[in-house]
Formats: sequence, C-alpha cells, structure tokens
Amino acid sequence: MKQYVILGNGTAAVGCVEGIRSIDPKGKITIVSEEKHAVYSRPLISYYLEGKTDLERMKYRGDSFYDDNACHVLYGTKAVSIDPKKKQVALKDRSVLDYDALCVATGSRPFVPPFEGLETVENKFSFMKLDDALDLEKALTKDARVLIVGAGLIGLKCAEGIRDRVGEITVCDLADRVLSSILDADCAKLVQKHLEANGLHFLLGDTAVRFEKNKAVMKSGKTVAFDILVLAVGVRANTELVKDAGGNVNRGIVVTETMQTSLPCVFAAGDCAEGFDSSIGANRVLAILPNAYLQGHTAGVNMAGGNERLTNAIPMNSIGFFGYHIMTAGAYDGEMIEEKTGSGVKRFFVSDKLLKGYILLGEIERAGIYTSLIREKTPLDTIDFDLMKKVATNMIYSEKDRRKTFGDVV
Amino acid sequence: MKRVYVNEKWCLGCHLCEYNCAFANSGMKDMVLALKNKKIFPRIHVEGDEKITFAVSCRHCTDPLCVKSCIAGAISKIDGVVKIDKTKCVGCMTCVLVCPHGALSPGEDGVMQKCELCLENACGKPACVTGCPNHAIVYEERGERV
Repeated sequence: MKQYVILGNGTAAVGCVEGIRSIDPKGKITIVSEEKHAVYSRPLISYYLEGKTDLERMKYRGDSFYDDNACHVLYGTKAVSIDPKKKQVALKDRSVLDYDALCVATGSRPFVPPFEGLETVENKFSFMKLDDALDLEKALTKDARVLIVGAGLIGLKCAEGIRDRVGEITVCDLADRVLSSILDADCAKLVQKHLEANGLHFLLGDTAVRFEKNKAVMKSGKTVAFDILVLAVGVRANTELVKDAGGNVNRGIVVTETMQTSLPCVFAAGDCAEGFDSSIGANRVLAILPNAYLQGHTAGVNMAGGNERLTNAIPMNSIGFFGYHIMTAGAYDGEMIEEKTGSGVKRFFVSDKLLKGYILLGEIERAGIYTSLIREKTPLDTIDFDLMKKVATNMIYSEKDRRKTFGDVV
Repeated sequence: MKRVYVNEKWCLGCHLCEYNCAFANSGMKDMVLALKNKKIFPRIHVEGDEKITFAVSCRHCTDPLCVKSCIAGAISKIDGVVKIDKTKCVGCMTCVLVCPHGALSPGEDGVMQKCELCLENACGKPACVTGCPNHAIVYEERGERV
C-alpha cells in the first residue's frame, strides 16, 4: 500500500487528496496541518467579517471529508525537514513520516517589511488565515480608525469586510494605484473612485516608514493616526523545506506540468509552487484558489501513478467590492482594445491573433467565454471578434464549433 | 448520464424555456403568480441574433472547472449533476470567470444558480425540455464529454 504525505491542509491539499483518490482508493494519506482547523475557504475570511458567511459555511469540504477519503490529519504540527534520499519528513514534534510520494502544499505567509517601530503598535494584524480574521474581529469597534498597508487584493477585501464595523479606513500603498497586480492605471482609477464613494480613503504612492504606537509616519512626511493596523503588503511562498532539501526554488518551488519538483517523489502545489503560466509561457507563482486546487489535483493524480498535466493555467481573478465586480485574466500583452459598455469597461489584450488577457469592470456576464479563449489559445480569426468585444456569447463561435460544445446535436 | 442538448436549427427563439425554468425553480404552484410582472432569473438563457437562436444551460462537464475553482467549495458534482450549495456561495462569481459556456448567473438574491436538471424540484425532469414547443431542447444520454 502506497504512503502519501501532504504538507499543508488548504485548497491544494484537498485537490491533492481528491486527485490521489481518483486513482488510488486505498493508499494511506497523512496530512500535516499547522492550523488547528479542518480545511476552510481562506478567501472567505473577509466575507466572514462582513457577515456574509460563518464558520460553519466556510468549511471548504463537508465534515466527513477526511473520513470519506481515509485521510489521517495531524493538527497543530508542521514539517521541519525533508530527506528525499530516505523519503522521510521530520516533524516539529520530532516524529518522522515515511512517504512514497510527498506533496508540499505549504502555501504562503505574509511578507512584513522591517518597519521601524512596528513593535510599538499594539493592535496589528495580518489578513491571510482564519485566525487572523478572528483576532482582527476582536479588535473591531464602531469608532476604530483603521490603517491598511497594502491596496492589493488582500488589503482591499479586508477593507470591504470591516467597513461597516469600524469608524474609518485609510489604505496606503507604495504603488501609485489600487490593485496594481491586476489592473492597469486607467482601470485602477475607476475602481479607486468606486471605493472612495464607498467610504475608503487612500494614500497612494506613499507608504508607512515608521510607526509610533498609534501613529504612522508616511514616506511623504504625512502622519496617519490609527487604532488598528492591518499589514497586507504582500506574501511570500513557503519554499524553505524544498530549498533546504536541495530542490530547485525561485520565488516558489519550481514544478513541472505534472507538479513534480526537482526532488524525486516530491511534488508541490498551490501558493508555494511556481508552475507554468501559459499566458506568459513561463513559470510563475499563481497564488489564486482555482490554481491551488488544479495544481493539487494534478499532483495527486501523478503521485498515485496516474497521468495529468496542467498546461493551461493562467492568472485570473474575480473580485467584487461593494457590489461592483471586476474580472481579470491572462497577460496584458500586445494591442489593447477597449470597449465601453452601458455599465462598464472591457479591455482586451491581443497579440499573435490570440486573446492574451482582459480586464472587465462592471460588466462581467459570461466572462468565462473570454477566459476560455485565453486558456485554449483560440485563434481569433476563427471567431467573430467584433461581436466578442461587445458581448460574451457563444454566438462568436462558428456553428460547427458550437455543435462540438453543445453536444453534436445540430 | 442524461443531459440537456439543444438543436439550434429548431429553436424558435421564443424564450419559453427561460420562463419554464424560472417557474420550475420558483417553488410555486401557479405560473402567473410566480412570474407575472417580475424580472425572471432563469438558469437557461437564449442566445442568438435574427437568424440563429439557441438555449444555453450547464453542460455538467466531465471535468467541471467551476467545481475546481469555487472559492467557497460550494459547487460539487454529485451523481453526474453539477450542483451549487447556495448556503455556502458568497457571490464572488469565480464560476462565471471560469465557465467556458457562460452557463452560470446570479439569482435574484445575488447568490449563484445554475441548471441542476430540475431533478430536485417539483418538475422532476428538465422543465425547459418539457415545455419546448418545437422540441429544440432534448434530454438524452449522449456519452461523456469535456
């Protein structure tokens, strides 16, 4: 009987379990979970604070998931080293796990730059894990002034989640725009306007350089008084275990299309991994939930001796703020083609007769049709591009291609 | 696995499938009370132009990307049917972002909904098929597909 060990207990781990079980119903699966929670949906922590979900509904899988899949979970411990020659993982409690196939799904951690005086701040929080949200929740008061450092996805979702539970929120970022990792300057401006209309204040192109208890001194010399500080500057992949074992690591653990690392019988998946991004034709960390599941599943299938390759992963985000939806996907390469619609803006990025990426603000209906064009590398001369710009519809395809999709009927 | 298939040559573009879908999933007994003067949120929709029309609903894909992508773990495939646990959905629309067919849309409450083949509502089988006046929508076994 094969022995599988999974380091981490998040989305990639679930994908890995379900991948393994699609091939091998019997092998022994051990999951090492640093957090003392059964798997939950991390991106839902802001929705939790907003009151749109609760701890029960945040469970990513049902209560019987581990039993149904015959998984043994070790809670509250973590791996400290991997010995790829002996095929063993050493845990913090000094126990050792043997494996035939190992999946490193250790995720990422908040990156906190060395701010001067940060230790003088009493109420400071990260915003990644459930416990972060629960800790932050305890500090929330109706009049609290909140400073969020980082206007990225994490910082802004946090702001949305707590807006109605605090006095005022200021978000600062060294970048000159909000959501700089997924929006261009024009789109960022539109989104910022919407966020400001919903009560958020911004200090962009500016960041905290020093903290003095309840005061942040900004790079510009401005000062911001706050009661609660949220640090959402960025994240770093947890790559150390593989690096220390001699594996190939860049920003993430380098993996092939089968999620194999450079170490034999060691796979990696999720936010800690650096897999192939087909929209740029190179490896990079794609720290998004769908990718964590897809990578985990691919790793699991291959760990169990099956054959699955993840060849069309791309960055893609669906994110809403106060009822306003944003979707982005792919790379913003090549010619930009803009389409203003009644309720929003669409920007498409085209090169080599392929759709490489898009930004949609406000109008996101059936956007998956666009995403599919990027993932499948559909030649744009085989579809009705002018129609595509205006509306995401299956009418952009030829009758023959539609027939393939909808069931060889017509 | 039986699924809903569409013959676009026979589709009249009458949109009756949308109304039958909304009614079947309304939980109400009277179609007039359920739909009259209300904006409907069907789980099937008609696309097309003056010449071609066809209805689109969930394909219940063999390898459903929505299931793998849902950030809440709210979508699963059970006995061949892709289903949403509406209590878990937070309306992030990641399923809309990834569905290659454009088959999901939010309901009246902002929570996502999709075709679940009417297997669990009073209809018991797809209402769009039953009510299609030109038999342009059928419910048949045609093998697995991606």
